[in-house]
Amino acid sequence: MNIVVCVKYVPDATADPRFESDNTVDRVGVDGLLSELDEYAVEQALQLKEGTEEEVTVTALTVGPEKAADAVRKALQMGADQGVHVLDEAIAGSDAIATSLVLAKAIEKIGNVDVVLCGMASTDGAMSVVPAMLAERLGLPQVTLGSRIERKENQLAVQRDGDTATEVVIGTMPLVASVTDQSGEARYPSFKGIMAAKKKPLETYGLGDLGVDAGEVGLSVAWSSVEETTERPPRTAGEIVKDEDGSGATALVDFLASKKFI
Amino acid sequence: MSEVLVLVDHVDGAVRKPTYELLAIAKRLGSPSAVFIGAADKAEAAAADLAKYGAEKVYAIDDAEVKGYLVAPKAEALQQVAEAASPAAILLVSSAEGKEIAGRLAIKLGSGLITDAVDVDADGSTTQSVFAGSYTVKAKVTKGTPIITVKPNSAAAEEGAGAGTVEQFSVTISDAAKAARIVASNPRQASGRPELAEAAIVVSGGRGTGGDFGAVEGLADALGAAVGASRAAVDSGWKPHNLQIGQTGKVVSPQLYVAAGISGAIQHRAGMQTSKTIVAVNKDEEAPIFELVDFGVVGDLHTVLPAATAEVEKRK
Repeated sequence: MNIVVCVKYVPDATADPRFESDNTVDRVGVDGLLSELDEYAVEQALQLKEGTEEEVTVTALTVGPEKAADAVRKALQMGADQGVHVLDEAIAGSDAIATSLVLAKAIEKIGNVDVVLCGMASTDGAMSVVPAMLAERLGLPQVTLGSRIERKENQLAVQRDGDTATEVVIGTMPLVASVTDQSGEARYPSFKGIMAAKKKPLETYGLGDLGVDAGEVGLSVAWSSVEETTERPPRTAGEIVKDEDGSGATALVDFLASKKFI
Repeated sequence: MSEVLVLVDHVDGAVRKPTYELLAIAKRLGSPSAVFIGAADKAEAAAADLAKYGAEKVYAIDDAEVKGYLVAPKAEALQQVAEAASPAAILLVSSAEGKEIAGRLAIKLGSGLITDAVDVDADGSTTQSVFAGSYTVKAKVTKGTPIITVKPNSAAAEEGAGAGTVEQFSVTISDAAKAARIVASNPRQASGRPELAEAAIVVSGGRGTGGDFGAVEGLADALGAAVGASRAAVDSGWKPHNLQIGQTGKVVSPQLYVAAGISGAIQHRAGMQTSKTIVAVNKDEEAPIFELVDFGVVGDLHTVLPAATAEVEKRK
């Protein structure tokens, strides 16, 4: 069985992510890392591998600048078998639509893929649409946003916790799946894993290798454009009182009443 | 005037409030047309409700062939309506399902997509709040029919009668779209409180509750609010994940947000930072949540909240 896990290199949320002058996310000047939400996908891929006797290859796939290889390396350290990094200057500034195109072409090139596994969202763009777009592009069943994932022979079943109901969704492989942060704690790379990762293959593809024309991707052909990014003024701290002998509750209710919430 | 399609979010024909908000936004862009995918016998009643909030037209699509499958058939159905109606824009609710349908639809139609808009102008340009609410982004779809998913509470629902003309619309669903089957569905128990994503007031509890949400729920009920929880409270098993507020849970933007026993980590801030008014009660005066608040009480939530609840009841 072949599993491809899509992983994204994102700006560290605690390192003040920001925009560049062309309104794209600064992916080079801000410290980055493997998106936390993709770690859950790597974990579930490894568990699918560990849960079967058959031969399973887990490939970590990323699209991004040079440093994005770090996201693949982290996945290799966790236990993925090999990595693929699509690296091409023309990709910079791509929207989700172009990103999903590049990912889909890379998945086709990897070939014979049974499961494409993704996280529930990236922690930067956070659109949550790439797994659905991949299913659409690859013409595969979509079993997404699983809080639990279970293999039943040639099928995968996920539990999907929606707003109004909890559902179980089943698809026959090959398929595209995504998992939430409820799917189970992701493992930390062990020392052995970190050492072993250095010897694992990490291949780099350019757009030419995938048969994607540079004119189909990148900022200039994105199907939506960001016109303006503004840093939100920090909230100014308001009044803070210490509760003494019940004074806190009264002050709180006075405040709520002054704002007409009561 | 061009039509603007609004995909109706409903449970067994009962239209949910965010759809009415979308109709109000659709009115700015053109003539609102609701797309109701549901049981044929529920379409008339739903159409009457949709008309009350401004729908000029209601496309009724019998869901006999759609239900039981995840997302893909709805995207196909919407594509077929879009091809027939040539709308000026397509609006969906920014829910997990709404965004997935929008993503597939964007590829099908060759159209640009914007998700999680908190405002949409008459010219179709959108406002989004990104990086845990620390930046505001203005964007616009530049190719095809703009597909925009809008967060609940981004506009006020406006009563104002539309014609609500029902048009039965039949769709053809491919076998490929039926490849992911929903084999079980357990409806969530109604809590009797407002929906978290739609509520005007949210009272939420975190680690500081110690697992006892009695005080949080008491104040919520006195204020007519929804109850939320931090990731710490959900990870501890005190509240289900559907009540989690934060980056990986719900992102809420109510008029009033009350955080009780929540320290205010970045993960949580991402889910509530754009609330209009923020109030916190926390024992730890160093808690980062106090940097965000309009009003804060340093104290034990287990004494402050019940006293506040009693005071609210008294003044009502």
